[in-house]
Amino acid sequence: MGSTPLLSFSASGIRCDQADVYIDPWRPVDRAIITHAHSDHARRGSRHYLASPTTKALMHARLGDDLRIDTLQAGQTGTINGVKFSLHPAGHIPGSMQVRVEYKGEVWVVTGDHKRHADGISDAFEPVSCHTLITECTFGLPIYRWKAPADVFAEIDAWWRGNAANGVCSVISAYSLGKAQRVMTGVDRSIGPILVHGAVAKMNTVLMDCGLELPPWEHITKDTPKERFRNALVITPGPALDTPWMNRMKPYRSAMASGWMQLRGWRRRSNIDRGFVLSDHADWDALLLAVKESGAERVIATHGYTDLFSQYLRSVGYDATAESTEFAGEAGADGTEGTRSVDPSGRPETDAS
Amino acid sequence: MNREAQLFDALDATTATNAKVDALVAYFREAADADKLWVIALLSGRRPKRPVTSTQLRQWAAEVSGIPDWLFEASYHVVGDFAETVTHIAKLEQRMERSLAEWVRYVEDLKDLPEVEKAARVKAAWAGLEGMELFVFNKIITGGFRIGVSQKVMVKGLSKATGVDEDTLAHRLMGDWSPHHTTFHDLVLGANEGDDHSRPYPFYLAYGIEGPEGTAAGAGVQDLLPLGDPREWQAEHKWDGIRGQLIVRGGQHYVWSRGEELVTDKYPELEALRKALPDGTVLDGELLAWKDGAPLPFAELQKRIGRKSVGRKLLADVPVVFMAYDLMEHAGVDIRHRPLTERRELLERIVADAQHPMLTLSPTLSFTTWEDIVAHREHARTASIEGLMLKRLSSTYEVGRRRGDWWKWKVDPLSIDAVLTFSMQGHGRRADLYTDHTFGLWHEGQLVTFAKAYSGLTDAEMLEVDAFVKKNTLERFGPVRQVKAELVFEIAFEGISPSTRHKSGVAVRFPRIARWRKDKKPQDADTLESLKRLAGATLSSTTEP
Repeated sequence: MGSTPLLSFSASGIRCDQADVYIDPWRPVDRAIITHAHSDHARRGSRHYLASPTTKALMHARLGDDLRIDTLQAGQTGTINGVKFSLHPAGHIPGSMQVRVEYKGEVWVVTGDHKRHADGISDAFEPVSCHTLITECTFGLPIYRWKAPADVFAEIDAWWRGNAANGVCSVISAYSLGKAQRVMTGVDRSIGPILVHGAVAKMNTVLMDCGLELPPWEHITKDTPKERFRNALVITPGPALDTPWMNRMKPYRSAMASGWMQLRGWRRRSNIDRGFVLSDHADWDALLLAVKESGAERVIATHGYTDLFSQYLRSVGYDATAESTEFAGEAGADGTEGTRSVDPSGRPETDAS
Repeated sequence: MNREAQLFDALDATTATNAKVDALVAYFREAADADKLWVIALLSGRRPKRPVTSTQLRQWAAEVSGIPDWLFEASYHVVGDFAETVTHIAKLEQRMERSLAEWVRYVEDLKDLPEVEKAARVKAAWAGLEGMELFVFNKIITGGFRIGVSQKVMVKGLSKATGVDEDTLAHRLMGDWSPHHTTFHDLVLGANEGDDHSRPYPFYLAYGIEGPEGTAAGAGVQDLLPLGDPREWQAEHKWDGIRGQLIVRGGQHYVWSRGEELVTDKYPELEALRKALPDGTVLDGELLAWKDGAPLPFAELQKRIGRKSVGRKLLADVPVVFMAYDLMEHAGVDIRHRPLTERRELLERIVADAQHPMLTLSPTLSFTTWEDIVAHREHARTASIEGLMLKRLSSTYEVGRRRGDWWKWKVDPLSIDAVLTFSMQGHGRRADLYTDHTFGLWHEGQLVTFAKAYSGLTDAEMLEVDAFVKKNTLERFGPVRQVKAELVFEIAFEGISPSTRHKSGVAVRFPRIARWRKDKKPQDADTLESLKRLAGATLSSTTEP
């Protein structure tokens, strides 16, 4: 490695000096490569963006049509000032990619957010060999170990079926991009109709335009008849939970699908009836597997339990450090677009995975 | 233990009381008696004696999880609950099937085993259970079975399932019983009921008089008017001691604390009352430290609370009396259904007949108007009085906390503005949030710690402070973070006493956060000297009780 590292952490984000490019910058820059369309990774204000085609479509829908976004297919390579950039599926949400950066034989990978479990909507995580791995560790503690998604969906189905049998509407809080579509795809749709909040409907439409297949769903409007809710599964972003918007769904039971639901403390203070442990982030085992399979000697942990995760990696022989970023991790209270105020968990919505 | 896991999953999966009661009813109708008895025991705070130390458990947990000790510790601080932490970290290997009663025995049998054998058995259980079953096992072994179900909710479910009314059940479940020495039938259905002389009655608990802000602080005469005609009421001081129940039956005496703890041995001086009181007497009252005809401050009594055995010196320094204010059983007959006036008359006679220095009567206050009551309260702050009690003269002695006939009206708390200095993650629904705060007051240019407080903020404020702590950490000491001196809070408390244990030299009682003073800068916070002045003012303003 030369005197300047290939990627460094600057006030604006993860930066490649040689190419004058940033990855998921949190301040406006000239050129940005975006791993995925969640708001703590894809922000307005930069002049040029590079992203996967699905991420591009989502960014236009979420951030505005005026953004200048070039696309790169998974596995395809682009070169800027001698630095080779390529995108590789991260398995987090549709369109999510890891960014591989290569210069003079040295390879770095920025994972963005990632997960292992197949979710039925995203391209599967692909291990990429590298010298230095920059990984998230939102759930980087051994207390976070996910059950098989099929078991979680069996729980959700049982809950929904029980409610539907009693004429009680089932409302599940899930992030509008990614988690919502994953829930729709995973549940047993023979139980009843799937009705969605406008924010979810918007993301569904964009994703279907990108070629994603979704089960039948209905956008909830003023005209949705009250009887329609009786055996329905309503999917809503967290901030709409228990607002007057939900009055006509009564009687209803509420649930949240998120990795944070692993902890009883989180479940209890979320004021919901049920917590389903369903995450779009890697759990402890998957994080360690990602590190191992990358073959990296050096690991930089960002957003999450960075200090503890990197300390653990050091204890098992890696050259590991923690870097603070403005991605929604523990310190996610700052900056990330205003979904936090209503979310009972107090985490930014993008993080509540 | 599958049926119990199902029950606890159902209890855990809902915030609705009715749903919890339904789950309990279903359980109490279906499960085996031996297991039901343990569920009742665990949900009413009874548990097998802890056979292992928490240090041992932590060490074994780190060993089975294959992670370093420090990582286990850090995980524990995030989860905020040892039993839950192990549940997340342990891995199922060889399933073990046992009933709840059998698992309890498994835990109890560890007691006399050598440490290696204890470790092997605990680890086998950790590898043999998963999910809620594992969580329940861990709760049995660590104690503190709090899973969001109050004893009241449990009693409600049990009542619905058995047809025995709630008050009767609440009484039957009181006292010193253990699943080892009774059966579901005897305990719940009341067979052989008269056998247990030590069994206390459930305490009648009062609600507080509330002002417009929902606290005692803003309350005034207008909040007493709804009580109606003052002539229908009795007023007493609210004593700042330990609520207790004194039982004399079958030639024995028993002292119970409000927390259903049998504390007879901690107050040996009360043994003299066994002979002074007629057999078949049960008194409700206050344990007070009392010397030379006057009460001692609560801080003195506190010296007696934690002690298992009481030495001669402590007995001489801090003697305790029983200040009686109600009579629940007279001549072996439960008289809780008789009106207060009648109970009081009998009580006065009993206390007068006993003529014993360890037994005093809580005096009633004279008043004719509600304004008189307000005046009494204004003069009530002393070292051993924390307010007033108002009781309707016609009131029966009820079970548990009831609105209507008994009211407490505490004196306004003291308060001071302090700076947040340290913070630690909370437990339960506060897990993974910095909610356990330490506050400092200025002294010679430094912030000196004077109190810790956990409660008083709204959920939204709690999250806001948590975010502040995470962003403004100066230094970490294990789970504790020192934060930038920036946030000012008004801390309310009930009393102050000198302390050698605290760096500040004073200890405050029941500190809690009264409000977040966003309008104040850290330099505007109070000084240690102002706290001590407050202490001086309070302790000298003692009025005659």
